[in-house]
Amino acid sequence: MAANEQNLPEGAHPSKAGSAGNTEKYRKPEYFTNRELSWLDFNMRILGEARDKANPLFERLKFLSITASNLDEFFMIRVASLKDMVHAKYTKADIAGLKPEEQLSLIQEKAHQLVSLQYSTYNRSLIPALKQNGLELVTAHEDMTQEQRIFADRYFEENVYPVLTPMAMDSSRPFPLIRNKSLNIGALISKKGEKGKTEFATVQVPAVLPRVVELPLGADGVRRGILLEEIIERNIDQLFLNYNVVSAHPYRIMRNADLTIDEDEAADLLKEIQKQLKKRQWGEVIRLEIEDKMDEKLLKILKKEFDVKQDDIYAIPGPLDLTFLMKMYGIEGFDHLKTPPYKPQPVPALEGETDIFAAIRKKDIFLHHPYMTFDPVVDFVRKAARDPQVLAIKQTLYRVSGHSPIVAALAQAAENGKQVSVLVELKARFDEENNIIWAKMLEKAGCHVIYGLVGLKTHSKITLVVRREEDGIRRYVHLGTGNYNDSTAKLYTDCGIMTCSEAIGEDATAVFNMLSGYSEPKKWNRLSLAPIWLRDKFLSLIRREADHARKGQPARIIAKMNSLCDQEVIGALYEASAAGVKIDLIVRGICCLKVGIPKVSENITVRSLVGTFLEHCRIFYFQNGGQEEYYMGSADWMPRNLDKRVEILFPVEDEDLKKEVRHILDIQLADTLKAHELKADNTYEKIDKRGKELLCAQEYFCREAKERAGKPEDPVMSRVFVPAEPAEDVEKTEN
Amino acid sequence: MAVKLYAAIVIGSMETEMKIYELSSRKGMKEVDCVSTRINLGVDAYSRGRLDTEKVDELCRVLKDFKRIMEGYKVDAYRVCGTSALREIRSTLITKDYIEKQTGLPIDILSNSEQRFLDYKSIASESDSFENIISSGTAIVDIGGNSMQISVFDKDKLITTQNIRMGKVSTREKFLPLAKNSAHFEKLMVELMDHELNGFGKLYQKDRQIKNLIVIDSDLLALLDKADAGSSVLVVGKEEFMDVYRRSVYLSPDEITQQFGLSADSAPFVVPSMIFSRCLLDKLGAEDIWIPRMSATDGMCYEYAVNHKMIRSRHNFDEDIIAASRNIAKRYKSNQAHVKNMEELTLQIFDKMKKIHGLGQRERLLLQISAILHNCGKYISLTNVAECAYNIIMATEIIGLSHAERQIIANVVKFNTLDFCYYDELASNSSVSREEYLVIAKLTAILRLANALDRSHKQKFKNAVITLRDEKLMIAVESQEDLTLEKGTLAEKADFFEEVFNIHPVVKQRKKM
Repeated sequence: MAANEQNLPEGAHPSKAGSAGNTEKYRKPEYFTNRELSWLDFNMRILGEARDKANPLFERLKFLSITASNLDEFFMIRVASLKDMVHAKYTKADIAGLKPEEQLSLIQEKAHQLVSLQYSTYNRSLIPALKQNGLELVTAHEDMTQEQRIFADRYFEENVYPVLTPMAMDSSRPFPLIRNKSLNIGALISKKGEKGKTEFATVQVPAVLPRVVELPLGADGVRRGILLEEIIERNIDQLFLNYNVVSAHPYRIMRNADLTIDEDEAADLLKEIQKQLKKRQWGEVIRLEIEDKMDEKLLKILKKEFDVKQDDIYAIPGPLDLTFLMKMYGIEGFDHLKTPPYKPQPVPALEGETDIFAAIRKKDIFLHHPYMTFDPVVDFVRKAARDPQVLAIKQTLYRVSGHSPIVAALAQAAENGKQVSVLVELKARFDEENNIIWAKMLEKAGCHVIYGLVGLKTHSKITLVVRREEDGIRRYVHLGTGNYNDSTAKLYTDCGIMTCSEAIGEDATAVFNMLSGYSEPKKWNRLSLAPIWLRDKFLSLIRREADHARKGQPARIIAKMNSLCDQEVIGALYEASAAGVKIDLIVRGICCLKVGIPKVSENITVRSLVGTFLEHCRIFYFQNGGQEEYYMGSADWMPRNLDKRVEILFPVEDEDLKKEVRHILDIQLADTLKAHELKADNTYEKIDKRGKELLCAQEYFCREAKERAGKPEDPVMSRVFVPAEPAEDVEKTEN
Repeated sequence: MAVKLYAAIVIGSMETEMKIYELSSRKGMKEVDCVSTRINLGVDAYSRGRLDTEKVDELCRVLKDFKRIMEGYKVDAYRVCGTSALREIRSTLITKDYIEKQTGLPIDILSNSEQRFLDYKSIASESDSFENIISSGTAIVDIGGNSMQISVFDKDKLITTQNIRMGKVSTREKFLPLAKNSAHFEKLMVELMDHELNGFGKLYQKDRQIKNLIVIDSDLLALLDKADAGSSVLVVGKEEFMDVYRRSVYLSPDEITQQFGLSADSAPFVVPSMIFSRCLLDKLGAEDIWIPRMSATDGMCYEYAVNHKMIRSRHNFDEDIIAASRNIAKRYKSNQAHVKNMEELTLQIFDKMKKIHGLGQRERLLLQISAILHNCGKYISLTNVAECAYNIIMATEIIGLSHAERQIIANVVKFNTLDFCYYDELASNSSVSREEYLVIAKLTAILRLANALDRSHKQKFKNAVITLRDEKLMIAVESQEDLTLEKGTLAEKADFFEEVFNIHPVVKQRKKM
């Protein structure tokens, strides 16, 4: 870290010459919320969906599962990072004035409350509701029928026992390596005939087997399932034949999973990341989850061996690791308790078009996923791969799906002799291994693969297709707010445009030249890039609104993003609000800005939408004295997006497209069902519906997309809920 | 396909750049891609006379990547040029060969005058107002790593072009270690520039008013450029320039990067550029600085497009070369009337002999310059004219000419009066190639013949009509003058002409009553 950055709080950015001088006034710690606490509030809002009885039961299970996987990741990355700071005796406060140790303490307090609420939801609400609907999860073995017991034990012998590796600890055998996030059963065992002396043993609950095992149907007709760890616990004696098992309880640990890569020193980024991924299994233990009735002696051993403090231990009143609920969602026969799946609709502008390039030449095309299908984006690359006029395809890939058709098309294009350049971001957190596989595959197919940039993550979403047409080179560009991932495109709300605007095409070419390590262009026509120009662009746009307000001209900002925690941007928003700019923010997750501060943020509203789809678009509107400007992009207003990543902000210039974008913002601001509003006391509350039309923005867009595609709304579907992806895909802290 | 794609690559002393252009007779020239990277070859080249192997390998890697990009575009033609850094190392040929073998790309190493000419062409290619600008006193200053080129225009004509051995890399390398601090560095640089510019002013500027100063320098452009600039030239007023000057000239490269957002590669060299520009503004008395956003690659493409008749040149660059040559001849007190007559005669002979000699427009230009300069040696010595003319030409930059072309002219002028050296002898004493040798021989034969026709310097063959008939070159002239001297000299020079072309020159005099 450069010397001049050392005294800045986290989230702060060293001001450049030319920045407005009034920002200090708006940088008081009391004007900011700690980002970790704000994130926990966000997870609490998702938990609210799990508690909302208006949601179908199986959807509630899914929301609960999401909160669990989110929390795991939060601990592995955010809490781990704070712990690192404490170990390094780093005492600088964050923008809210909290030192790392203070933050940890507040996080633990809030996280314990969250976990407690998760399990009260699970035990008191969801499990009884499941039972009422004919599905029971066995916890007391005596509740099983004889036939079910025999089935469980036989399942153990035939399927589970062969894959178990019990490990004991004694003077000759050290404490074994327990893998990050793995579920284990710890046991105290004593040799038969040797009373009083106990040894520690542990066995991992195999991740290769289903966590929930369905038992044969009993006479009462209730479908029952049993958790895998329960089956192992029932038969644990068989693992330690010459021993008596004194006690056995599940536990689970979370390790520091933040990769520390010295990119300047790493000769080969690909190899270094592969090496670090292995190390992820060895990181410091930052959370220990245990069954709440765990034996004290057993707990003492775990506490000592994992070197965890009391605050880091979570005694769980129920099954550990609730992500199994996502698997339960897949149990057949309960469709009536799930939301009917939504099928993304055709893009109206492309209806009847066979040549996507001709369609783009006619007019810029607007895409709004998942309401509109992601297929045109895949098609765009596929057609380019086969089109003899196409010379080159260039694309950035951050997170791609399992069997990505885009990756396949890129490989095909290279095989067809097109010049294909792909930037595969190897540092996309938790997708590193996946991305290494893609990168190697693309390279093998003849693509020119760029393995990210040293010190920066490439988060921008851009595709450039270069065609040699009769009248010269024409460039077709897709710019989006979401990843090139056909799976998440069904679950994340994202926007994109397809254009052959010459100005944007030139900029797109320059972007890829820069990503290939070449110099920046002498000028940009339309695009603004982080980390060099984007911060200043946003600040100048916000400050311009403030100037308009001061002059009595129309001034308004509407901004929709995933997170807002950049001190300088928030300071500029405060300044604009104080100048009279009306600011409406739609921030799904973290929001460090506070509303209702007299003379600071009285003109600012913040709402968060948590729905079936993950809100993911980044849209920015500036009234600009009547000359309205709309932008979309890949960046949130976070220091990491503005300073440590390659991000792209692009303008929406076509008047029809502007109307579409404005419509999205208006509907989101009118949502009364899934929106939570930030209050001056820093809590989020659902919208007071009194006197307002009941509106769920996501449902509205689903319905509208169907209408536009000429398909009438299904009369049965009064509310639209869509199954989410596995938990780890749904709420990545970075997406 | 009506639209062609052309790639131009320049290996500069600090930056290696490739631009891809679209060329069509309908739309002219349009840049479609620009890829550049900083490889600072200049520092090694100017201080040590050689390049680090790491840098050469880096250059090869970049050129291979450029080649890949060119292949991606399926370009129809390309050219790779090396400039001062490659030119001024000891091992130019060895390094050039290594890079060519590694990359498979042939490289032209440009002479200083060729390089500057391309920069100059780049301005003319883009700027619609170029013709207007140069109609009044204009100086184009091209700041390079090792030297700067100052070209002065007046009334549409190139008055002079001079190379000053002060470049932004070389002066920084040399004088920064001597300076106590940044203010002292500025003082040293200003002193040096003042000295150089005083000499330039006395010789070339004289009383001429320079209204416009055009500075070609990418680092200066980066510092002064405005974010939303759309035009091809940045115009900065003196006051605005001085404001940035005061804020930047005492800063360290790191501070410049932080405060002005300049890249770390540009920052070290922008201070020398600022000091040079300030001195030029002061000395030349210009009010604005014009900084073109073009580079030599634009000039390369422009040249290609004009040569391939894809676009029509808005400016006659050959006229600039001729004007510059005439100024040299003037400086060395050549007989203007004789020179003019020589130009006419040589070109007439050249044109009539086209089928025989098979040479093109470029060689025609070289012949014309040979005619213009053939007499300049007399300024030094009346007895050793040939050697003196040769030395003057070889030591004088003529904008737009390559080293090889200058060598052709110098030899043609030399053998105009001295005995011709045949290939073995000529090649053993110089770097003349077989093809160049043939050009020298042909042009020499023509120049000698023309010179014989004006032996008396009285322009007796002013209105000569020349025709090629039955393996004879008929030179018909209506004249009352006594042509004995010319005919005698012709008989002497005709041998070589015949030897080269197998054509016998015959003079026919018609005396009008």
